[in-house]
Amino acid sequence: MQVTLKVFRYNPEKDRRGHYETYNLDVEETERILDLLELVKGHLDGTLSFRRSCAHGVCGSDAMRINGRNMLACKTLVRDVGDRITVEPLLGLKIIKDLIVDMEPFFDNYKRVLPWFVNDSPLPPDGKERLQSPEQRARFDETTKCILCAACTTSCPSFWGSDDYLGPAALVTAHRFIFDSRDEAAAQRLQIISETSGLARCHTAYNCTMACPREIHITKAIGELKLATLTGKVD
Amino acid sequence: MANVHQFDVVVVGAGGAGLMAGLYASRGAKTAVISKLYPTRSHTGAAQGGISAAFGNTEEDHPEWHTYDSVKGSDYLGDQDAIEFMCNEAIDAVLELEHMGLPFDRTPEGRILQRNFGGHTNNVTGKPVRRACHAADRTGHMIVQTLYQQCLKNKVNFFDEYQVLDLLLVNGKAAGVVAVELATGELHTFHAKAVIFATGGHGRIFEVTSNAYAYTGDGAAIAWRCGLPLEDMEFFQFHPTGIYKLGILITEGVRGEGGVLINGKGERFMTKYAPHVKDLASRDVVSRAIYTEIREGRGVNGQNYVYLDARPESVMKYAAEDGRTNPDGSPYKITAEELLKKLPDIVDFNRVYLGIDPMTQMMPIQPTAHYTMGGIPTNKFGEVVVDDQNTAYPGLYAAGECACVSIHGANRLGTNSLLDLVVFGKHAGLRAAEYARQADLQNLPDDPTEGARAQFDGLRSGSGKENAFDISREMKKVMFEDVGIYRNEKGMKSALEKIAEWKERFRHVRITDTGRIFNTELLNAWELGNMLDVSEVIAECALNRTESRGGHSREDFPNRDDVNWLKHTLAWKKDGKIEIGYKPVVITKYQPKERVY
Repeated sequence: MQVTLKVFRYNPEKDRRGHYETYNLDVEETERILDLLELVKGHLDGTLSFRRSCAHGVCGSDAMRINGRNMLACKTLVRDVGDRITVEPLLGLKIIKDLIVDMEPFFDNYKRVLPWFVNDSPLPPDGKERLQSPEQRARFDETTKCILCAACTTSCPSFWGSDDYLGPAALVTAHRFIFDSRDEAAAQRLQIISETSGLARCHTAYNCTMACPREIHITKAIGELKLATLTGKVD
Repeated sequence: MANVHQFDVVVVGAGGAGLMAGLYASRGAKTAVISKLYPTRSHTGAAQGGISAAFGNTEEDHPEWHTYDSVKGSDYLGDQDAIEFMCNEAIDAVLELEHMGLPFDRTPEGRILQRNFGGHTNNVTGKPVRRACHAADRTGHMIVQTLYQQCLKNKVNFFDEYQVLDLLLVNGKAAGVVAVELATGELHTFHAKAVIFATGGHGRIFEVTSNAYAYTGDGAAIAWRCGLPLEDMEFFQFHPTGIYKLGILITEGVRGEGGVLINGKGERFMTKYAPHVKDLASRDVVSRAIYTEIREGRGVNGQNYVYLDARPESVMKYAAEDGRTNPDGSPYKITAEELLKKLPDIVDFNRVYLGIDPMTQMMPIQPTAHYTMGGIPTNKFGEVVVDDQNTAYPGLYAAGECACVSIHGANRLGTNSLLDLVVFGKHAGLRAAEYARQADLQNLPDDPTEGARAQFDGLRSGSGKENAFDISREMKKVMFEDVGIYRNEKGMKSALEKIAEWKERFRHVRITDTGRIFNTELLNAWELGNMLDVSEVIAECALNRTESRGGHSREDFPNRDDVNWLKHTLAWKKDGKIEIGYKPVVITKYQPKERVY
């Protein structure tokens, strides 16, 4: 089928501001938007720049705006979005070149919530695993799925309007540890996300939940964190 | 000199092996981890089904059984001392991941839950054994996340989105690497006492592959160009179940949970090829079976695919036929809800890419290029060894898919790759740090970035009459067809002639992007150069090995030949040509015998 692919272009070494280029392509409806970008790069304009790696929605490299919504280019097919396709970089992070944005602030936020397992207690006497029931494990299952693609954080109006808001992805990571029965740093993390740059900035716009390519119910997870900070209880 | 960094240990690559190496090396030495991606984007994250360790959490199991299964899986080409070492370390390695917080699925008692996987058996009964520890069907994702998090906790130095281009070897010792910072295009020299390559595999040389775009054989190709040998490059694994045409991985865990393969006539065909363990035979056996069904006209609708059936009623029907039981002896039963919990990503992939629901429909699959068994030769401590005497190269280490220990031999068992990363990543890190404590920095060459610059200059100054994308597409097609699951002399000779042509054409590529910032066109072209080098070595070694063993199947030499070929291949670049030598396989307890599943 014939599609029109409109792509945001910006070359910091040449352009003063961004513009759009339009490419007319003959593709299959089952092709990924990433396949279209590869086709353009391979045959029409080698300078088109974007990140990608796994090409099937598990590495999180190619989050971008497709027809105005944050999606992974490798997990969105032509048939999902129709024959007029506009591709733009994520909002709220500095554009470096074409579809590539500066991910450093995003990862800096991630690092603020102590994104690592903490348990300084002695290991079980048999030296084996710390026991965890299937129910305890299920408690934080969803938030372990996060691939740090930034689709959620860069869809959040509070993130766009703030210099220091942690953003949904960092809160998802906090949730993953706070609700892990084996972890011992819940209190510290709850303290961090209770600060003004944390939970209070979430106004339940639901954009994050809509944007998540891993279908994590982010707003719900943030709600659970809010409740935990109010009650001081994690269960 | 601008942009010179000094470290004791430099790790190249930040997947499972690189992160484990970085974590361990950083405890005893000043360490940097360099990756062309953000670490969490590494291809380890795409591993799905599990990591094996003979815990016996739900049924009897022993590291000796795991060892034997891996030796047999390797078609007796794996080095048995290294395999035994890995399988003995497996339990502690998996426990260490759990202690680092990895969210494994759990048994009702709260222990790590295990599932069946191909080739893992109870050595007494011959039946499949539950050995694969898993976190749903995203075990690799949880490993890469957990290790990255522990590295952050331990303040490991990361250089994200830096592509390593060259390895510096001075006076017969490692001296560092040269990398380009993608965001600026600037070259950086990492001056180090020890270098660990953990750069992954090269499945992107094939048309249908489960591998990430990043899997372009960078580490192997860099080592090769530096005159280091590559081992057993002819052995490449085709995973039986990739999504038709796309190649996206459908974990063996689907069959571990009871899924079966069905041909175009509606028959469960693995009973013919592996009467004992059927759909849970080794990957090479299952991939060949699928190919044979397709070639004999039993693909679905005459096409190049068969079905993977994981519908709960089918799973239970075949489980009853097989007499499959739960650990407590009760008949095996499963519901759609349970399967969804165990395999959420598989269900998601089918829905997104095929528009089907695997709980009510069968999945169209074909074998997909998956795993690099060969690579940079190492011993079991991750030290790179450079000859048939296993002489270690001072200061140089490799671990993970880019390395060849060899534990996978001619065919890797599912779940052993994640185990490989964790065990040998750790030992490479430990050894490198230990070495760095007593070694001095080598003096850098006068112009350390010369080699890297020359590679880029070539790509900027070609005549421009050739397009890298076209060469790449032709290469993938020919490698998949002629150096793929089935091989013969005619096809491989033809492939080698074409590779020579592509290499010549590659000299005429000129990239159009003249910028410095995120010049991905330049990087992709450079990666193509790596893939061409690696493809040539693979085809040459495959043509040379006149037998069939594991993942290397010759139509013109269909049998394994232990008299002449029970040996590793070593290949070197000498005077622009490929020189081939050999080294013996280490055999300790298990004498080669016929391989039956």
